[in-house]
Amino acid sequence: MTRRDIIRNAALAAAAGITTVASGQHVHEEVREQAAAGPYKAKAFTAREWAALRRLCDLIVPADEKSKGALDGHAPEYIDLLSSNNPELSSLFTGGLAWLDRESQRRFNGADFVSATADQQMALLDLIAYRKNESAELGPGIRFFDLVRRMTVDAFYTSAAGIAAVGYKGNKAVAKFEVPLEAIDYAVKRSGLG
Amino acid sequence: MPQAIRSTPIHDVVVIGSGAGGGTVTQVLADLGINVTLLEAGPMLNPARDYKEHMWPYQVPHRGAGEQGEIYFGKNPYPFGYFAAPAGGWELAGEPYTVAPGSQFRWYRSRIVGGRTNHYGRFSFRFADYDFKSYSRDGLGTDWPISYDDVAPYYNKAETFIGVTGSREGLRSAPDGIFQPCPPPRVAEVLVQKSCRKLNIPCIPNRMAVITRPTNGRLPCHYCGQCGRGCVTASNYSSSQVQVFPAMKTGRVKLIPNAMARELITGADGRVTAVSYVDKETRTEKQIRCRVAVVAGGACESARLLLNSKSPRHPDGLANSSGSVGRYLTDTVGFDLSAHVPALSGMMRHNDDGMGGMHVFMPWWLWDRQKEAGMPRGYHIEVGGGFGMPEVGAFHDTCSRHEGYGKRLKQAIWEEYGASVNLAGRGEMIPNDGTFCEIDRDVVDRWGIPVLRFHYKWSDNEIKMVQHMENTFAAILETMGGQVVRSKESLQEKISVGGTIIHELGTVRMGSDPKTSALNGYGQAHEVPNLFVADAAPFVSNPDKNPTLTIIALAWRASEYMAEQMRKGEL
Repeated sequence: MTRRDIIRNAALAAAAGITTVASGQHVHEEVREQAAAGPYKAKAFTAREWAALRRLCDLIVPADEKSKGALDGHAPEYIDLLSSNNPELSSLFTGGLAWLDRESQRRFNGADFVSATADQQMALLDLIAYRKNESAELGPGIRFFDLVRRMTVDAFYTSAAGIAAVGYKGNKAVAKFEVPLEAIDYAVKRSGLG
Repeated sequence: MPQAIRSTPIHDVVVIGSGAGGGTVTQVLADLGINVTLLEAGPMLNPARDYKEHMWPYQVPHRGAGEQGEIYFGKNPYPFGYFAAPAGGWELAGEPYTVAPGSQFRWYRSRIVGGRTNHYGRFSFRFADYDFKSYSRDGLGTDWPISYDDVAPYYNKAETFIGVTGSREGLRSAPDGIFQPCPPPRVAEVLVQKSCRKLNIPCIPNRMAVITRPTNGRLPCHYCGQCGRGCVTASNYSSSQVQVFPAMKTGRVKLIPNAMARELITGADGRVTAVSYVDKETRTEKQIRCRVAVVAGGACESARLLLNSKSPRHPDGLANSSGSVGRYLTDTVGFDLSAHVPALSGMMRHNDDGMGGMHVFMPWWLWDRQKEAGMPRGYHIEVGGGFGMPEVGAFHDTCSRHEGYGKRLKQAIWEEYGASVNLAGRGEMIPNDGTFCEIDRDVVDRWGIPVLRFHYKWSDNEIKMVQHMENTFAAILETMGGQVVRSKESLQEKISVGGTIIHELGTVRMGSDPKTSALNGYGQAHEVPNLFVADAAPFVSNPDKNPTLTIIALAWRASEYMAEQMRKGEL
């Protein structure tokens, strides 16, 4: 067997690994169906909750000049799907989003979270994004934010957009494993072990 | 021979269990021209359908979090992740086990052709010569009835056949074998090597059951890092792909899946005449007659089968007049420690998937200075680090370290990705009287088979080992500038729960004295010559080496002996 054969066979096998897996195929079909049916319809949330959830995800992992963001990574859809399968999770989200709306209305002249200005939204998040603000008043918001943030991060960084953002280069068949010397030099110099 | 079932054929050898032990016996006997009937308690494996190798997380709507987002509720429906090879679990529906009050134990079972070899870690370390004679060294435990020299030829055969990476190092605690080249270390592993050099700890190329050269028609590794998902090119060892499927092509192997062994039936002369099993598909009981029975269901499962095989001649279970069946259970001592390593932060991205496991490891280095170590036995160190494929939960630690949101959170994740190093210790437990399994008199499984009850205690050796591990790992990580956060738990809380390293063994041990052991040095029952045990149950001890390579070597040795005895008409 030549080196070229090995590469070709391994690459074929790698491709086969994707296309023969039934659940992978199933997902492709589901995505196609969704695209055909038009805009996504939330299963677990009202239109108002859905809008707030999307805004929240967008604030947590925004698109910027370097990379895409949570909306590109379908974070709201991920949260909706899991919530639609799990009443306990769904309650955490409907409860948390309602809490957010009420706090927003109380602080910003009756504007709910989506209607508040971007500065107001961030001012509210700045209260619930830090454990040092823990209090009887903010406790529910802090715990809700921790959950939304973890799920948004999970959804984004497991999406094609997030995998590109973090720069993962693998999941492919290669004939030889090599480590760039430049990367070794970078780490060794910084470690003080050089 | 019982006359009642005379009309059914007598099978040459019935092998119970298709993991590393059963797979090896099946392969070796089939190659020697012997017909094998292989019973597996789980279904057939179909790699093309069952393996999720090379799938991206976004190809599944729940991304691996579970259909109901279970991981956000501290539950994990997939013990090794959604994308892992079909792997069984800690709890199987309808097949309970119990744990005695005051003990903690978890039992991992995998019911599928290939058993746990479909997903296991594939670290393949020979036992050292002194590991077979540890009682003679320090007066603890028991010596094996065989020596390193008895097993070495079979380590050679096993390594040559399954393929193991490694390098020749000349270390007594980690004997060299027949190795294929190991790929070079990842960047994090280079730092670990340099730290270890400063601390005088050996850190050498890893020994993994992964082929890096074409071997017996199998393609070499393509370095996707996903061994745990099952390999569609069979470039890593699993008994299913490397032994059972090829052996079936000889025409001498009959595989019966979904066959849960219930009992070994013995005749008037005390020999095994038949294996009784439950056909899970129809919930009917079947029997097959055999010349020889080989039990390889996994150490505890094998003990359970023997203890449940009672007869007037064997009132305490088959091969158990010594009372040793179920005793001498051990698992490996486990402890691990992670650190954020700023030197790796923001490093240029590159594909460092490599083999599905570390490329370096640290064999035990104080084997001749145990007093200095402060405990009688040792451990090896496994390394984790590098840019893995992002998965659900991959950045939860980063989220805990960096509050807030927006661009700053994205930046923190970008910088911390691939910048943590994990060290895991795997050490030797000395068998003790408080650790064993027995039949629970009150509980049966869904097939009506009495289940096991576990008792588990760690002793001083193991607890001290965890302290040694923690100090050593912290030193290695801090030497490379790592930021270690030590937990405030007690050592008893830090040590792994018994069974969770999934190296349970010793429950049908071999020995030279039939009064204190069940099997001879070939895994043949002292009192039932046509009964062999060929998984990790015969182990007298489990040194600081993962057991699978030794399971294969001992099963190979048992098979050749068995074939020779059959040829001579002894069996």
